[in-house]
Amino acid sequence: MNLFSQEIPLAWYLLLSAALFSLGVLGFLIKRNLITVFMSIELMLNAVNLSFVTFAHQWHAVKGQIFVFFVMMVAAAEAAVGLAIIIAVFRARATLAVDRIDLMKL
Amino acid sequence: MNGTLNIWLIPLLPFAGFLLNGILGSRLPKWLVTTVALLAPLAAFSVVLNAALRALLPMLMDPTGINNLPSVVNLPYTETCPIPWINIGALHIDFCFVLDQLSLIMLLVVTGVGFLIHIYSVGYMSHEDGYARYFSFLNLFLFFMTLLVLAGNALLMFVGWEGVGLASYLLIGFYFQKDSAANAGKKAFIVNRIGDFGFLIGIFLLLANFGTLTFSEIAAKLAASPAWQGGVLTVIALCLLMGATGKSAQLPLYIWLPDAMEGPTPVSALIHAATMVTAGVYMIARTHVLFNHAPFALGVVAIVGAATALFAATIGLVQNDIKRVLAYSTISQLGYMFLGCGVAAYSAAIFHLVTHAFFKALLFLAAGSVIHAIGGEQDLRKMGGLRKHLPVTFWTMTAAVFAIAGFPPLSAFFSKDAILYAAYLQGPGGRALWFVGLVTALLTSLYMFRLWYLTFMGESRSSEIHPHESPWSMLGPLVILALLSVGGGWIGAGEGLGRFGTFLSPSVGIGAAESTTPHLELILSFAAVAVAFLGWFLADRLYRQKPAQPAEMAEALPGAYKLLANKYYVDEIYSATVVKPLLGFSKYVLGWLVDIGLIGGLAWLLGGIALFTGAILQRWQSGNLRSYAAWLAAGAAAVLLFVMVPWTSVWPDSMQLILKVTGR
Repeated sequence: MNLFSQEIPLAWYLLLSAALFSLGVLGFLIKRNLITVFMSIELMLNAVNLSFVTFAHQWHAVKGQIFVFFVMMVAAAEAAVGLAIIIAVFRARATLAVDRIDLMKL
Repeated sequence: MNGTLNIWLIPLLPFAGFLLNGILGSRLPKWLVTTVALLAPLAAFSVVLNAALRALLPMLMDPTGINNLPSVVNLPYTETCPIPWINIGALHIDFCFVLDQLSLIMLLVVTGVGFLIHIYSVGYMSHEDGYARYFSFLNLFLFFMTLLVLAGNALLMFVGWEGVGLASYLLIGFYFQKDSAANAGKKAFIVNRIGDFGFLIGIFLLLANFGTLTFSEIAAKLAASPAWQGGVLTVIALCLLMGATGKSAQLPLYIWLPDAMEGPTPVSALIHAATMVTAGVYMIARTHVLFNHAPFALGVVAIVGAATALFAATIGLVQNDIKRVLAYSTISQLGYMFLGCGVAAYSAAIFHLVTHAFFKALLFLAAGSVIHAIGGEQDLRKMGGLRKHLPVTFWTMTAAVFAIAGFPPLSAFFSKDAILYAAYLQGPGGRALWFVGLVTALLTSLYMFRLWYLTFMGESRSSEIHPHESPWSMLGPLVILALLSVGGGWIGAGEGLGRFGTFLSPSVGIGAAESTTPHLELILSFAAVAVAFLGWFLADRLYRQKPAQPAEMAEALPGAYKLLANKYYVDEIYSATVVKPLLGFSKYVLGWLVDIGLIGGLAWLLGGIALFTGAILQRWQSGNLRSYAAWLAAGAAAVLLFVMVPWTSVWPDSMQLILKVTGR
């Protein structure tokens, strides 16, 4: 039996997507470094992308693929803005520890 | 009817003057302000005069062929311009001006005397600040007054009625930096508002019962049902009377008029003596058909008038401020007019209104000339001996004093007599009213001659006064008014008020029934002249021959003197019974309980809730990015849980409830 000739069931992709997403959430919640947190967000976005593609393939709908492009585009823009913010924050505070960047309150 | 009289110009011209001087006055040169201010009433007066001459032609000339003259105007005259104003359902009210005999006479007085007083003001106000403001207000007053007089329906009249109240308020408070003047303005406005409330209720009742507010239609409906007496008509008439007592300073709402003397003296002459305060009398005469159908209300009018006449005259006896004496005299004379209206002698009341406008305007203007001459002093006790220094003022004032006291053949002799005669004919109650009127005539003569003696006779009682005669812009109107005061009575001399009565009768109907006793009018006239002489004689004794005696009399009767000097404590009584409780109610109940307690408390409660919940919710806003993220994740988890858990199988009932509530 050829391992590769057989189509991988849908559930696996979704499980992988869910696992990636959960990892992203977890990283977002527990990591201290701002850049790592940022990378966790990217991970979550890509996990979602994976499920989009999966469903698009499953249902033979091209919409899902288009969504992926949108998400990637927004993610690229967001990465540029986010990194700029991170640099600005680092310049101002000389730290990237999330716990210490807590001026956003009254 | 040929041609048009353009009566719409009569109110509009003063209004244009008001706009010009009111908006641009402070930037215009003084002579231009004066020109505009004088031209407006002069032009209005010319329009009125044109109308009057064309309406009077049939009376002045031989009747044959008169109707062929193209310029004759038949009264009542309505300009063919009914511009709709209010048009809701069955309610139709037009901007409609009606010129009839009654409004024509009023207009002649208002614009004529008004113009004279404008001229006088030029001299009187020449040194004052706010020159343009003064004249713009004066023109505004003329606008509203002519509007009031020309109004063909009750609502338009009410507009003018309120407007003259506004102008009066503005002019009483002309020296608004003075506290007493500002307060007097407020007092006049608020007391008038009480009367206006009655007027307004009267208008509503008219509308409810007649379905129209046009005076001629109301009169027609009443004429169609002569049996309709009393009842709701009495209520309407009493409401209108309440409005009239406010505007015309009758009991019990007269208290604002003496205080209104805080305004400039020409204002007192124009608004608070000659024209505005007679609006109440005019209104009763205008709605006389209604009053004729409400005998009880007519009786009340007569009693209010007689009581006010006597009441104010007694107060006038002991006042020391020259303008206040005249103010109480005005109230007293207005009482006569009300008495005249109350005994259905409307022509006599309007006749007295006209002559009163002449001699009372003259008295005020002459008093203003005296005050002007001695540098603003108004206390009679500090005057005296001014006859030598102010000859023109003295002689004109003398004419006015003799006129108001009722000496024949001066003007008030005829008009006062006509009212008293009409009162006498009204049975035993009427005789009582006549007697009150006669006593008032005695008092009138007494206090007027007191003023005359104290001002002009004897020696000067103050050394700092250096009197100088007023300029001719002030003396000219005095002379003209003096001539009118002396000769004005002849227009109404003779049987049934002579030509005046004949002219006015289509508007207000024929006066009271004829007397059965011959020469009764002559006897009554003798009585009136006798009391006038008696008043003069008493004043002469008290204030010329024995100047110390009034003080002795005051000491001998301290109670009576104090009662009069303090104006029967009416202001104090009102203050204690109405003003203080009202203020207390406003301050404690409305102010503290409702405003601070209820409204303020509610606001505090709402604010408190927001603050409290905010203080709790604030804890979520830690500023810590990861706590936000954690809450976000928790929220997402909760939503997931809500979507995924099969609630219907776990708690079927509660899910039903949620579905029902969310409407899904």
